Amino acid sequence: MRMLLIDRRAWQEGLKRAAGQYGLIGPVKEKEFHSFRPLKPGEMPDLAFQNSRLSPKHVVYPQTEPMFAYTLDETREDRHLLKEVRREIPPRAVVGIRPCDAKAFVLVRLNFDTPDVQDPYWLRAYEATTFIGMGCNAPCSSCFCTTAGCGPFHEEGLDLLLADLGEAFAAKVLTPKGEAFARAAGWTAEAPAGAQSAFQERARAAEGRITSFVQTEHLKSIPVNDLYNASFWEEVSFSCINCGTCTYSCPTCWCFDIQDETRGKSGVRLRLWDSCMYPLFTLHGSGHNPRGTKLHRVRQRFMHKLKYFVEKYDRGIQCVGCGRCVRLCPVNIDIRRVCNMMNGFAVSGEACAIP
Amino acid sequence: MRNPYQPYPVRIDAVTVETEDRNLKTFRFTFLDPGDEERFAYRAGQFAELSIAGKGEIPIGIASSPTEKGFVMFTVNKVGLVSSHLHTMRAGDVMGIRGPLGNWYPWERMEGKNVVIIGGGFAFTTLRSSIVYMLDPQNRGRFGEIHVIYGARTPGMLLYREELAAWERRDDIRMHITVDATNDPGWKYHVGFVPAITEKKAPPAGEDTFAIICGPPIMIKFTLPVLEKLGYPNDRIIMSLENRMKCGIGMCGRCNIGKEFVCKDGPVFTLEQLNRTPREY
Repeated sequence: MRMLLIDRRAWQEGLKRAAGQYGLIGPVKEKEFHSFRPLKPGEMPDLAFQNSRLSPKHVVYPQTEPMFAYTLDETREDRHLLKEVRREIPPRAVVGIRPCDAKAFVLVRLNFDTPDVQDPYWLRAYEATTFIGMGCNAPCSSCFCTTAGCGPFHEEGLDLLLADLGEAFAAKVLTPKGEAFARAAGWTAEAPAGAQSAFQERARAAEGRITSFVQTEHLKSIPVNDLYNASFWEEVSFSCINCGTCTYSCPTCWCFDIQDETRGKSGVRLRLWDSCMYPLFTLHGSGHNPRGTKLHRVRQRFMHKLKYFVEKYDRGIQCVGCGRCVRLCPVNIDIRRVCNMMNGFAVSGEACAIP
Repeated sequence: MRNPYQPYPVRIDAVTVETEDRNLKTFRFTFLDPGDEERFAYRAGQFAELSIAGKGEIPIGIASSPTEKGFVMFTVNKVGLVSSHLHTMRAGDVMGIRGPLGNWYPWERMEGKNVVIIGGGFAFTTLRSSIVYMLDPQNRGRFGEIHVIYGARTPGMLLYREELAAWERRDDIRMHITVDATNDPGWKYHVGFVPAITEKKAPPAGEDTFAIICGPPIMIKFTLPVLEKLGYPNDRIIMSLENRMKCGIGMCGRCNIGKEFVCKDGPVFTLEQLNRTPREY
């Protein structure tokens, strides 16, 4: 695999050059926190961050996205007909995305790109995007990526993976898309052997700094109804206030709602992020609600990520270990603890909850 | 890439008030582009999203049969925003249909078998589709005995009353119509709840008999034990579920029961399948 060496100057100049062919999106500090947004001409991604407060999933999957437009004007021939709103997405690159957030797109793709149906909105945006990852030299204490099918230098879902070596970056070219971006940026210097081993060294060291883990090996084999009926859900969900922060900040949560918004005689059909934490998510027209209590809803979130997904796709858990939901939950519900309780269920039964 | 959220444009061709409380109306649609009718090729048991610009979409079982050509038909209960608006619409109005969606009753497995259809209230729509499908001269020979147990609160709440009467007169289908109660002295059929009539009238259980059951939760709750008592195996009891839906294609995440999506892996499940999954419906 090709590895490039990009010194600080080549980095800045390369991004400026690449901006001629790509819309650049990168981490930018706004007020207290970093978030991913389109970079202004000449603006550089601010890489002095651990990770963005919210995941960059909106880059591919905006929180609100028009799907169709319509007119209700009775004098018009095309009244009441839905016309597809096609977002033109020129090639763009997310520069500085963390490996966990890039891997998350790979998991979400399983939902939106299936053998018999494809979601054109998600897929067109994903395919137009090049992912330039930045390995995590200093992971957070709440990161548990290495046991969540990911890692601080994980490559899945990335087109280029960079390691910050101080004076320069070493960049692993992972895909033809990554190759094309490097070409557009004019990054051609091959990394010498020293830089290559420095890259490996950074990756190993970063993995060693991960101190928080989940156990997942039994999740697949424990019968689904046993886990569903486990008595710990009462305790797990007790403090939840169903605020939805976990699902909105999660890079792998994809659930959505569809709503029509009319103003005067015209309107749009929108797709919007939704959350399994909200009672309306499953409320029937009759008033019946199959997930009518917060216990149902909290259980759904964890069962989906840690059991249903695992069984359905056999691709591990629907979590990349970014730790956002752990850090942001206002009542300290911790997916690591719940995952370990679920995973331990077969062995320990109801006997004890693993702290 | 075909956009799976794009409905086919349709025109309302006829509206029929089905029940005496006027809460149920049947809408017959024709496709604006005749080619869409072929693209909408469906099986009995599937559903579609009825789509009204400015209001939204509702998932509704297809009440017409694949053997009926030139139109598709849906019977809709007036409940929420979209269905209430639909009830104000008239012949000639244009809207959309997205589908067909979901799976269907297991027609291949049921070939050569006896079928008992058990329905209650307004959940009779895809059951009507199934009956019309099986009674089609091309298909009738492919099934054994056909029984229909169908109940509503009162005679005026039964759907498709003219067709029910016509089926009563046939000798290749055994109808067991019932109402919870009636003060009509001329009422010729049963009085009693669906589970009780099922106990008396359902054909004997066996490898060669399937039960398709569709109705309000309370009816299902009391009919399942009856079928079990009669000896119907769980993989011969077929049910069709409803859940709140948006996308209809297994993506939006709300209608799942365990790892199965009611919209895509269902709505039709055997009781055996349902017993193996959390029953959040």
